[in-house]
Amino acid sequence: MSASPPRATSVFVEGIGLWSPQLADFAGLRSLLAGSTPAPPAARPAAATLPPNERRRAPESVLLAVEVAAQAVAMSGRDAATLACVFASSHGDQPITDYMCATLAQAPAELSPIRFHNSVHNAAVGYWTIATGCHAPSTAVAAQRASFGAGLLEAVSQVLAEQRAVLLVCSDTGGSGPLNEVTGCRQPFGCALVLAPEPGPSTLVRLDLQLAAAGAETPLVEPLAGWRAGNPSAAALPLLAMLAGGPGRCALNAATSLGLRIDTENVA
Amino acid sequence: MPISMTPLAVTAYTATSAIGNGLAAQLDALRHARSGLRPNDISSQPLACWIGRVDGVEEVALPATLASWDCRNNRLAWLGLNQDGFLDRVRAARERHGASRVALLLGTSTASIGATEEAYRRLDADGGFADDMLRPQIHAPHSLAAFVAAALELEGPCLTISTACSSSAKVFANAERMIRLGLVDAAVVGGVDTLCDSVLFGFNALELVSAAPCRPFDAARDGISIGEAAGFALLERASGAPDAPQLLGYGEASDAHHMSTPHPEGLGAELALNDALARAGLDASRVDYINLHGTASQKNDEVEAALVGRAFPARTRASSTKGYTGHTLGAAGIVEATIALLAIEHGLIPGNLGGSTPDPVCGQHFAWSGERQRVDVALSNSFGFGGNNACLAFARAGFAA
Repeated sequence: MSASPPRATSVFVEGIGLWSPQLADFAGLRSLLAGSTPAPPAARPAAATLPPNERRRAPESVLLAVEVAAQAVAMSGRDAATLACVFASSHGDQPITDYMCATLAQAPAELSPIRFHNSVHNAAVGYWTIATGCHAPSTAVAAQRASFGAGLLEAVSQVLAEQRAVLLVCSDTGGSGPLNEVTGCRQPFGCALVLAPEPGPSTLVRLDLQLAAAGAETPLVEPLAGWRAGNPSAAALPLLAMLAGGPGRCALNAATSLGLRIDTENVA
Repeated sequence: MPISMTPLAVTAYTATSAIGNGLAAQLDALRHARSGLRPNDISSQPLACWIGRVDGVEEVALPATLASWDCRNNRLAWLGLNQDGFLDRVRAARERHGASRVALLLGTSTASIGATEEAYRRLDADGGFADDMLRPQIHAPHSLAAFVAAALELEGPCLTISTACSSSAKVFANAERMIRLGLVDAAVVGGVDTLCDSVLFGFNALELVSAAPCRPFDAARDGISIGEAAGFALLERASGAPDAPQLLGYGEASDAHHMSTPHPEGLGAELALNDALARAGLDASRVDYINLHGTASQKNDEVEAALVGRAFPARTRASSTKGYTGHTLGAAGIVEATIALLAIEHGLIPGNLGGSTPDPVCGQHFAWSGERQRVDVALSNSFGFGGNNACLAFARAGFAA
């Protein structure tokens, strides 16, 4: 067994997006952690990047992912069309899965064609690339409760291997119907990062990542700890809280037995 | 321009589909133009179409320690892993590199959604899942990869790639990046998708399913035949395996056009092709064979045939093998990657089964029946919903671009 030395694996954060029923954006998280009670957003994510027709018809998973993606890209100042896309989600669109399985059990021939093509795991990244005219590589990934950590590892590997900026989104809808008994998703949560290989004028912070054995997740204060328990994408919160609060270290799971140690460093 | 890559060795590979279990069965069917398609006998209610069903999945028994993962998709995965000595090859790689230094990157479109469908068909009296269905890990897209990680005892990066029908082509790209960066020393890649109501009735609702066996690139083609399959490959640095066939390059691109129809000029497909050729340092004239996506949908085949016509010289041979296996969706990328590797290893250009009256858009590249010739370089195209395109480039051992 060859134990290769851990490499310096560093990327630069240029934009951060966040949406939950309690927080409209990353500034909301900052405000919450500073002890304030930020005003909650409207019930549906605005997802203003989508053309109005698409926005009206788009399923919840797409609105959520597009909203946080657009926030992060706007903060980075980059052109969305130039960014490779890694969209992670543990469960995809649970209301659609619930609809599909319920319809297939009752009257399969009545299945809606649009809901079927919206059921693919890459629906959100598909709508995003269409809305932004993005021809760059795009992918949709999952890793159960480690979807954020595994998606981050994939995004970082694209940033470093291809030396290009990458948009990472991780989002999950709330649960729906009988399916919710096994997914246990109590509320939606989505977040996004724009990651770059080099520091630039939009750089917010540097992330130094190391692979490590999976360990205990970084503790979170309430209400964040409850959100993490109620939505797998909220596993991103230790990193998001660190980005909101200043330099530090956190641990995330990237697979069943693989973890990520992440240090943040301010870039002067 | 993409960053060029050092070729990787494909040190083991296997496939199981409607044409048989393992590579010898695949090769035999391809050589003898034998289709694995049959009238649909699997959906929960009748649906008049043809399917590529793998025989014997129902009888597969998972090892007792893995019983909690039991469902059709994981049974097919286990059946696939047990072909061609693949389990032993992975075990050896795990011992060589360490369990945490081997990544597991699997593509699937619907994973074990069939189990979730079943749970909904037999909800208990209070409307909840029956006790035997209360297994959260199988009602999630990561079911396949998590099961295979447990089965192979791998402890490195483990990711599900789910980009519809390009899923298990893109895994080669994930693996190459991780190996190039030194995050891992090897990767098990692949994909599994199984027949289920979601895809049969879903593609039927989109009016993309033929009532007859699919006819890729035929002038009278009228839709796809859905199949199921499992395929896997082991990727390692070529320096340690000079006699193994190579992954030379890959390309990925987005259409940015429509959720369920391809770009009318094949823009994303062409970007992915050019990316793969550039990364491999290959000129199109070096390509001997292209295994096409060729689903037998009206639009895909029209766009893809036009791309072949404008991008390749006449000597390059091309065919779709969906007429043998059906469209195995998230498993199509790996199944057709293994066919490209078989073409190189055995000097076989599979005939484009089902295309008896060629669409006039098809040029002289098309191999309408099987041909024998040396193949040094073979490509495989995979395109998915959401305009998600991937192209893989393979070459025989020792090939230098």
